[in-house]
Amino acid sequence: MTLHLSSELPLEARPSHGARFLRYLRRHPSVAVGGGLLIAIVLLGALAPLWGTVDPTAISPTRRTRLPSEANWFGTDLLGRDVYSRVVYGARVSVTVGFSVAILASVMGLAVGLCAGFLRWADGVIMRVIDGMMSIPPILLAIALMALTRGSIGNVIIAVTIAEIPRVARLVRGVVLSLREQPYVEAAISNGARAPRIVMKHILPNTIAPMTVQATYICASAMLIEAILSFIGAGVPPSTPSWGNIMAEGRALWQVKPHIILFPAVLLSITVLAVNLLGDGLRDSLDPRIAKRL
Amino acid sequence: MLAFIIRRLLATVPVICFVALFVFSLLYIAPGDPAAIIAGDQASPADIERIRASLGLDRPYVVRFAEWSFKVAQGDLGTSIFTSKPVTELIGQRLEPTLSLMLLTLVLSVVIAIPMGVVAAWKVSSWVDRAVMAFAVFGFSIPVFVVGYLLAWVFALKLDWLPVQGYTPLAQGFVPWLKNLILPSITLALVYIALIARITRATMLEILDQDYVRTARAKGVSQREVLFLHSLKNAAVPVITIVGIGVALLIGGAVVTESVFAIPGLGRLTVDAILQRDYPVIQGVVLVCSLVYVLVNLLIDLSYTIVDPRIRY
Repeated sequence: MTLHLSSELPLEARPSHGARFLRYLRRHPSVAVGGGLLIAIVLLGALAPLWGTVDPTAISPTRRTRLPSEANWFGTDLLGRDVYSRVVYGARVSVTVGFSVAILASVMGLAVGLCAGFLRWADGVIMRVIDGMMSIPPILLAIALMALTRGSIGNVIIAVTIAEIPRVARLVRGVVLSLREQPYVEAAISNGARAPRIVMKHILPNTIAPMTVQATYICASAMLIEAILSFIGAGVPPSTPSWGNIMAEGRALWQVKPHIILFPAVLLSITVLAVNLLGDGLRDSLDPRIAKRL
Repeated sequence: MLAFIIRRLLATVPVICFVALFVFSLLYIAPGDPAAIIAGDQASPADIERIRASLGLDRPYVVRFAEWSFKVAQGDLGTSIFTSKPVTELIGQRLEPTLSLMLLTLVLSVVIAIPMGVVAAWKVSSWVDRAVMAFAVFGFSIPVFVVGYLLAWVFALKLDWLPVQGYTPLAQGFVPWLKNLILPSITLALVYIALIARITRATMLEILDQDYVRTARAKGVSQREVLFLHSLKNAAVPVITIVGIGVALLIGGAVVTESVFAIPGLGRLTVDAILQRDYPVIQGVVLVCSLVYVLVNLLIDLSYTIVDPRIRY
């Protein structure tokens, strides 16, 4: 922990941003590996038409359930659609859902958590509601929400966000409660600082680190829940390829044609692994105290 | 103690009430017309009206909620839209496979994960520790159905050691029951093992740093006794807590595991219900599962006094 002192010596020229970033990545390889993989997946989905894909929804009844070949790298599915193209386009759904839910749940959870932590009269009610929501297993909560709406990416995002908000709110409330007892916050209050100023100056900056870490875990969890919802037929409609619904379509034939399930499964696993690695790395680098233990 | 149990039981009442209120209100909060969505795209206006009436959406919210919660309190979860059977009956029929799967997974996970966590903490920073931590990251990242299909492919299809899919009731013998459940339990256990092993390791690391552990070592207590008597005992409370919290993961994972392995349990019921948009059934399953989850965690709270005699209520 104390070994890095030398780099802070005033004698040494201050390294450039780029050099410092590289050093950070070297010191936290899981951030480098996770972040790198995640960027690759984002590019894969965003630039899907560039990677030699064909129309992922184009049906060709004469070429059904083919094994991987030169023409169809990952083979074809039950309707003769190219699995490679579907998997590449499917990355869009996972990335969109994962990132949107992470951002939305963080922002809304932050708002709820700040209210609970700051407004004593609201705390009791908010926490009971959060306890109630947290006692519904997230997947079931998302299933219940999806049962009442039409399957679409937007609805999946809303459903998973609602299921994830309580976790963030609880985290933020905990941070607020511990911070408001800190001497410098008490000093600010006794100096007559108003609540908005205290939140902006003292509370928010301290929630950024734990929230960033939490957001990556929520992103991973959202990607998994989206895949599960689409897999059981309650998520993204079959017209939009997503890793979950490609697997759902390959399910009937998995014993004879496992390749239809294999490729989306591998990509989903790699993506979630990348996000989790990034989260672990960020946690270790942002909070060296837990780094030793977890 | 009795006063604590009563107080704790009472504290779960608002939680359960909120869950009920939430699951019920979804029908009214949901965008669009739930009756039309449940009826599906090919439904005639008459069908939609029939479903609207059966869900009670044609009557005021408050009246309907009062009626519904009164019935739920009596153990009546309503009637399935598609099979016209009582939801409680449908859930009752599916309980055995799901409970079997979850209990077996629970036992398997605890038996594997705790020693893993202990050894990782003991050999901290060694290759064993790194392997356990790597396993934990993988366990969190690989989706349940991926593990399920992989295990079924290798051990059932290729090696032919175990049945591919299905469920045999316990009444037809222990061995066939177990054989059908081995692969699903391992599948479901993976993420749970990762969770428990990680927390066990973290807690053990903290405890192995304590003065009394150093004292025990200094007076010549054997490594095994230090680990399992002095340390693991003190690690019990956080570990048991995470076992309880992880039950939510088990319930969610069971939905998927049951579809992969064609087990006719609650998860399968939920998936069938969602394909038919049979909301009363989903509502019932969510309520029952949440109730189970809350009760499990209540029992865990109460068990603290047994595990750690210092805790007195």
